[in-house]
Amino acid sequence: MEDKDKKIVSLHLKLMPYLEKYGILLLLVIMILVMHILQPDVFLSWRNVTNVFKQISWQSMLALGVFMVIVTAGIDLSVGSIMMLSLMILAVVAKAGAPWYIVVITPLIAGFLCGLFNGLGITLLRMPHPFIMTLGTLYIFRGTGNLISGGTPISGFTDEVRYLGHGRIDLQWLGLEKSQYLPVSLVLIAIVYIIFWIFLNHSKTGKWIYAIGGNPNAARASGINVNKILVIVYSLCGFLSGIGALILAGRTDSGYPNAGLQSELDAIAACIIGGASFFGGRGTVLGVFAGVMIMGILRNGLNLMDVSSFWQQVLIGSIIVLAVYVDVLRRDLGTRK
Amino acid sequence: MSATTNPLLEAKGITKYFGTITALENVNLKVYAGECLGVVGDNGAGKSTLMKVLSGLYKPSAGSLFFQGKEEILESPRDSQNLGLEMVYQDLALAGNLPIGENIFLGREPTKNLGFLKLLDFSKIKELTNAHLDKLKINVKSADQKVEELSGGQRQAVAIARSTAFNAKVVIMDEPTAALAIKEVGKVLDLINSLKKTGVGVIVISHRMDDIFTVCDRVMALFQGTNFAEANLSSTSRDEVIGWIMGKK
Repeated sequence: MEDKDKKIVSLHLKLMPYLEKYGILLLLVIMILVMHILQPDVFLSWRNVTNVFKQISWQSMLALGVFMVIVTAGIDLSVGSIMMLSLMILAVVAKAGAPWYIVVITPLIAGFLCGLFNGLGITLLRMPHPFIMTLGTLYIFRGTGNLISGGTPISGFTDEVRYLGHGRIDLQWLGLEKSQYLPVSLVLIAIVYIIFWIFLNHSKTGKWIYAIGGNPNAARASGINVNKILVIVYSLCGFLSGIGALILAGRTDSGYPNAGLQSELDAIAACIIGGASFFGGRGTVLGVFAGVMIMGILRNGLNLMDVSSFWQQVLIGSIIVLAVYVDVLRRDLGTRK
Repeated sequence: MSATTNPLLEAKGITKYFGTITALENVNLKVYAGECLGVVGDNGAGKSTLMKVLSGLYKPSAGSLFFQGKEEILESPRDSQNLGLEMVYQDLALAGNLPIGENIFLGREPTKNLGFLKLLDFSKIKELTNAHLDKLKINVKSADQKVEELSGGQRQAVAIARSTAFNAKVVIMDEPTAALAIKEVGKVLDLINSLKKTGVGVIVISHRMDDIFTVCDRVMALFQGTNFAEANLSSTSRDEVIGWIMGKK
């Protein structure tokens, strides 16, 4: 009897690392299956799947940026405002008649500079917590965005500017129909996520980002310039928000004052659902992707079933709590007693 | 140990202020190759501050550091590491979420080039870690084990392994046995003895007379931020050293 117990214990100790790594994908697959059973004709259709990816495209950029920040045990509340400000700058520059390659670069630079501002504020002004700095810039950036645009939407961009958010990659050469295209934003998500996966897992800077989240004193004692790494992380987070702005410009063909309102909370939710720890040092790029997908699929599936958006809010909130509770249980099982 | 050669590390007239507080005043310290120097003192005597000055984490308000006879100015722990001066912190300074190997090489990871990219060389980290742990006779299940899964003694061993992985000449240990179970203390003291044999100069800060009298060759006491007393271990006793800690000669 005791032997059997021991066997079970050692089995789940062996399975734990895999569950920790891939458990969230399991949840994603289950959700896809449930949605498919509930909506067999529509859910997995080409049109709907590409639709989901188009819908999550800009959120996935914000979530990835916030994820890196959360790994350092920080938080960035300003990503939605960075995206809005970058979008407004893009719109103003586009309206002023700048050539498309300038218009495309402006939100990236604007986003990067906003993130740099956050990073320098947190480190140089020695804010007690990134929450405070980025709460401040949440207001500052959105206010600035409204100031430069006059608080009104600015619409109408050229096709080149809209390419990343609205472009299609024709697949007719593969013998597919014209409606079965690949959204450019899907390819963009894949490329950006792969680049950041390599960066976080296989570069020195990426390893140091995890080390800072695990124990900032250890990182400092190892000769790592913690403040420099933090500035890099917040700048990259802003840069990704800038990419989000560029995608959003393509999707909506407009810069509008409410862009990205509360999307920082969606981004944080996706990270948490994807298994990132608020205490830092834990979480994977794959997990964030799964978190973004879970939220996207939930919204999409509930829309398909005509469930009111109020219920969507209730469900997403429940999933956040549930996902973290499962994580707590998993940790309980994973530690030897 | 030989007193005739130059000291590996020498601190002269180290003074450190924190605002209006004087943490250290005109403190001198020497350590030779293959020697273990014990530093004792009551809480607040300035032991940890002195060690942080030696490791480059704090800049002294006055005084100078000489390494192998040459004056050095340390701007950061990276500078002291480059000289071969390593520190094992009391709070261990390990990242629990990273594996043993990545902790040992944290900040100095070996890389390989993939085209224009410089990527971490995980197989080299593992190989070097295993070789180094073997050399120090430290037993762990695997170099891939996360540090948070280790016992206190294993963590201390990893911290010491970390400090000696890059041909350290001087290793400074702040309370190396404070957080350990009794049977783990012996292993850590053995580790210190084997470091001495390889010619490393070791500085041990400790409250425990047992530690000092097991591994050290010389002992110095700090009292209220100043040098109070110093002696070879053979010419002093536990009671005398305890007296120094309390400020009695």
